[in-house]
Order: sequence, then C-alpha cells, then structure tokens
Amino acid sequence: MSRQLSGFRAWMWQRVSAIYLALYIAWVLLRLMVAPPVDHQALGNWLGGLGMWLATAAFMLLLLLHAWVGVRDVVLDYVKPAALRLAVLAAVLAFLLACGLWALVILVTVS
Amino acid sequence: MQTSSRPVFLNLLQIRLPVAAVMSIAHRAAGVLLFLAIPLLIGLVSLALSGAEGFARAVSLLHSLPGRLLLFLLLWALAHHFLAGIRYLLLDVHLGVRAPHFRRSAWAVLGVAPLLALGLLRGLT
Repeated sequence: MSRQLSGFRAWMWQRVSAIYLALYIAWVLLRLMVAPPVDHQALGNWLGGLGMWLATAAFMLLLLLHAWVGVRDVVLDYVKPAALRLAVLAAVLAFLLACGLWALVILVTVS
Repeated sequence: MQTSSRPVFLNLLQIRLPVAAVMSIAHRAAGVLLFLAIPLLIGLVSLALSGAEGFARAVSLLHSLPGRLLLFLLLWALAHHFLAGIRYLLLDVHLGVRAPHFRRSAWAVLGVAPLLALGLLRGLT
C-alpha cells in the first residue's frame, strides 16, 4: 500500500468501521433471536440473498480492517523490541488475511 | 539522566485506577479477545452451512455447557466493546466529557455489559 493506514486516517477508519460493525452486529443478533434459521438451507438462503451477502462481505472487510488497526495499536503500545514487534505484526496480519480468505471461500460458496 | 531519579510506584495491588481507566483497559482486552475469536465464528458458520448434520452439530456445540460458557464470555466481550465504543464515539463529539457523566457512563458500561451478554445468551440459545 502506498498510502499508510496510520495517524488520522487510521483514527477515522476505526470510527467509520465501528459504526458499520455495530449496525450489522445489532441487526444480525436481532434477526438470529427473533427468527433463527431452522436448517443449513435456510441459513444458506439467508446469507446468500443479495442484500445480506453484500452486507456480510462489507462486514468481513471492515471487521478485518477494524481488527488490524486496533490490534496494531495494542502491539505498538506493549511490544517494544523492533524485531519482535515486526514479527508479531506480521503474525497478526497473516492471521487476519487467513480469516479473510476463509470467509471469502464461504461467501463464494453461498452466493 | 534526570528521569532515573523520579519516584516509581508500581505496586499493582495498591494503584487505584479511575473507573474510566478500568473500562478502557477492558475495552482493549475485549477487543483482543474478539480478534482471537474471529476464526471460531467463521468455523461455526462454515460448519452450520456444511449440511444437515453439520447444522445439528453447530447447534449442539452452542448448547453444550463449554459452548455456552465460551459464548457468554465472547458476548460479554462484545457487549463491553460495543458499549464502550459507543461511549468513545459520543466523547469524540464532546458529549459526556465532564466529570460526573464521564465517570457515570464508565460505570454504566461496566455494569450493563454482562447483563446485556446474559440477555443475548438467553435469546440466542
């Protein structure tokens, strides 16, 4: 990335993503409590519907972004040695990318 | 160096943190916990989508005692992170910055989060 996700940009994205994540999570929890899917087909149909599919894809993307900015801040605060810090940050990034790929596979399957 | 002669007081049992600091640390801890739980959530959805058997297995996992305990812990972390996050967003627009509200809202987040988690647990399982 040529433009780093740091400083004001990271601060702003953290808040924008927080608002979206909050709305999506509130909606999904409400829906799961009021009308839980009865079987795997109902679940697949729900997630595979165009609106929910797009909302979920955006959720995953913003969740990974939000988690990266947040966990990076924690790592920068508590892990001081440069080599260790780089290693931990690389591990966090790999973890998030793996989660993103896994979620992508599921989203492609239900679409 | 001048700094080395400063008094250092790091007795963790005697330091009394303001309530907002406790809430803030918990916000971080909850965030890290939720970060670690991302693959659990994806795995659960993947299992539930895999077929009739997988769906039944996912449901029984959620209703088992260890499943319910873990779910409660994660819902608590989520509720705390959610409410503390809303508090920070309100502080960003200068709402509730002054002393009594600032402290009261921190107490409210700490107290309401586990109750909200219990309610969600009851609603979901």
